[in-house]
Amino acid sequence: MNQRENFTKGLLKENQILVALLGLCPTLAITTSLENALGMGMAVIFCLTVTNLIISSIRKIVPDEIRIPIYIVVIATVVTIIDMAMAAFLPAIHKSLGIFIPLITVNCIILGRAEAFASKNGPLSSVVDALGMGIGYASVHIVISIIREVIGSGKITVWGSLVLDINKLFGSNETLPIFTNFFIQPAGAFIVLGLLLGIYSTIRTKRMKKTEVNKK
Amino acid sequence: MTLGEILTLAFSAILLQNVVLSRFLGICPFMGVSSKRDSAVGMGLAVIFVITLSSVVSWVLYTYILKPFDIVYMRTIVFILVIASLVQIIEMFIKKVSPTLYKSLGIYLPLITTNCAVLGLATIVATDEYTFLSALIYSFASAVGFLFVMYIFSTLREKMKNAPIPDGFKGVPIAMITAGIMAMIFARFAGVI
Repeated sequence: MNQRENFTKGLLKENQILVALLGLCPTLAITTSLENALGMGMAVIFCLTVTNLIISSIRKIVPDEIRIPIYIVVIATVVTIIDMAMAAFLPAIHKSLGIFIPLITVNCIILGRAEAFASKNGPLSSVVDALGMGIGYASVHIVISIIREVIGSGKITVWGSLVLDINKLFGSNETLPIFTNFFIQPAGAFIVLGLLLGIYSTIRTKRMKKTEVNKK
Repeated sequence: MTLGEILTLAFSAILLQNVVLSRFLGICPFMGVSSKRDSAVGMGLAVIFVITLSSVVSWVLYTYILKPFDIVYMRTIVFILVIASLVQIIEMFIKKVSPTLYKSLGIYLPLITTNCAVLGLATIVATDEYTFLSALIYSFASAVGFLFVMYIFSTLREKMKNAPIPDGFKGVPIAMITAGIMAMIFARFAGVI
């Protein structure tokens, strides 16, 4: 497998949320706004890249029996660094992500990639794999958060100042009745993600059937 | 703490701030082991065990070691080590004491280390300045809330097997939507407490 395939497989074909169904807790919890999704995405991409790099570099010295505890300690250390860095440089996002920053430690994606890929491959391919998987993960977050923020409040706010207000486009200063804050609430998160997963798997099975027919 | 306060804390942890449906912790086991009623209950019981113990131990370590020595930033590493070793100890203990219990709970225990509800609750009770008693009650009640929704959800999913569902939505997608409807119902408990 060349590096390009290695990178692109994480985007759609082996997308960790849509296909492997891993790391769903933050996907539901922090996608209330685009800003949160971007913050979480960056944190996960960084964490995944660094842990994959470290774990693939030490893969030959780590005894097989105690590899999982070692991986968890490596991951927890990287997450602590991210936690402190975000508290210092991005205090607003750090506060709104709250408990989900330390919880990156137990995000199945990080340990999953460490176990499934970084422990068997060299540092360079591991980093490429981490970037692909991380970007695939972050983009699903971004899509869900855009859907939820737009339907939920009728506008999108990024970094506090950049605002796209759909209500204003229709010439109204209040939130239009078609937008309901139901989608900001927990129930909305489950339903948006459920629909997205369903639609994606419908498209996927259709496409697989098509390729099978073409092969015949 | 009066009995009234204890009950309010416990019921808000079970219903209103339910770990799965409003805090979004522990979604992986919620989706993964809820297709059969027996395994859902087994997982729920094991989680009650681990969450209560690990939250209390984490609370003690946080309040009496991390805070006085001003090394609060080490909490994630300390808590995850506490959880991992606790799970291992509980597994060995149950195996020795009650082989029948081990048979029903044993397979779920290793999965719990990466259940984010465990680390999440340990972090919540330690950093949100709970007292020892309220930390104990809150973590136990939250875990009971997890078992409660796991049980309801597994009964729903058993019924769903016979329902006509579009192919693409079978399995997790329709389960997600069902969980959304459950979350709607649970959000309405706000008026009760």
